Amino acid sequence: MHIMEGFLPWQWCLVWFVIAIPFVAIGVKKIIEIIRDHPEQKMTVALAGAFIFLLSSLKLPSVTGSSSHPTGTGLSAVLYGVFCTSVLSTIVLIFQALLLAHGGFSTLGANVFSMGIAGPAAGILVWLLLRKANMSVPVSMFFAAMVANLFTYVVTALQLTLAFGGAAGYGTAFVEFMTVFAVTQIPLALIEGVIFGMFAKYLSDTRPQIFGIDTANEVTA
Amino acid sequence: MKMENKWIYIIGFAVVAIMVLGILAYGASKDFEFGGADDQGGDVISDLDPEYEPWWDGIWGDYELPGETESMLFALQAAIGAVIIGYVIGRLHNPNKNKRE
Repeated sequence: MHIMEGFLPWQWCLVWFVIAIPFVAIGVKKIIEIIRDHPEQKMTVALAGAFIFLLSSLKLPSVTGSSSHPTGTGLSAVLYGVFCTSVLSTIVLIFQALLLAHGGFSTLGANVFSMGIAGPAAGILVWLLLRKANMSVPVSMFFAAMVANLFTYVVTALQLTLAFGGAAGYGTAFVEFMTVFAVTQIPLALIEGVIFGMFAKYLSDTRPQIFGIDTANEVTA
Repeated sequence: MKMENKWIYIIGFAVVAIMVLGILAYGASKDFEFGGADDQGGDVISDLDPEYEPWWDGIWGDYELPGETESMLFALQAAIGAVIIGYVIGRLHNPNKNKRE
């Protein structure tokens, strides 16, 4: 999902920055509000961020013979929404771009969009649908985390297709990028789903109000 | 109920471990190198558009971090996350606060 430094024409870098910045700005405002108005939720925000930190640092092998990362955005997306998740993802992506030369600053906007905005949005959609259908919290979380992960990489493939499809044809380019990113990601998305499903089970046993409170907030927001 | 929960976690972690080991075993049989998908994305770009030159090397320029340092930093990132998760689980587990109604 990390588009490498310099591997996106600057015009596209600009486009993705313009799209991503408003989400991050609103997210910063929302996180400040949560910490001010609901200090008891500080810990859950930290927890959601910690999962992104932990899981996105794990490089896992996949059946295609390459390695890739989980994204870890599922919990944050479900509990705090797209805006807050975009902020937490930005922190992780800056850490990786600065220290690990993984991803990059020019491509930060594009990477924040795929990992922090589009993927989580898809995860939230799945979460809401499954919860409406009366699925349990752990099962809904399994699918939400899995879809958030997978869709992040589909969006990366789309971003690269848009930028580089011109020369070889958009169809061919999309298939190529999907093979590298999305197919590799399928087993990792399953693993991430299992991890989040288990944690959601733990949370819903020990602190069911974490998920209950959230639905109340969702309705008012 | 408690016992049943324990089994859910044991089975969950076992599934994750078996999947990772299974993928590695499959990779070993096919001689996979398991290089980063991000780098392969770069290779696909060079294939599709050989004219394209990356226009910026980033703040570190040509310098590539030593593999040892890179794995240290990835471990550090994981550790930061794991410490926070462990702390929160510890707080949630406090039996005094764990009232059930």
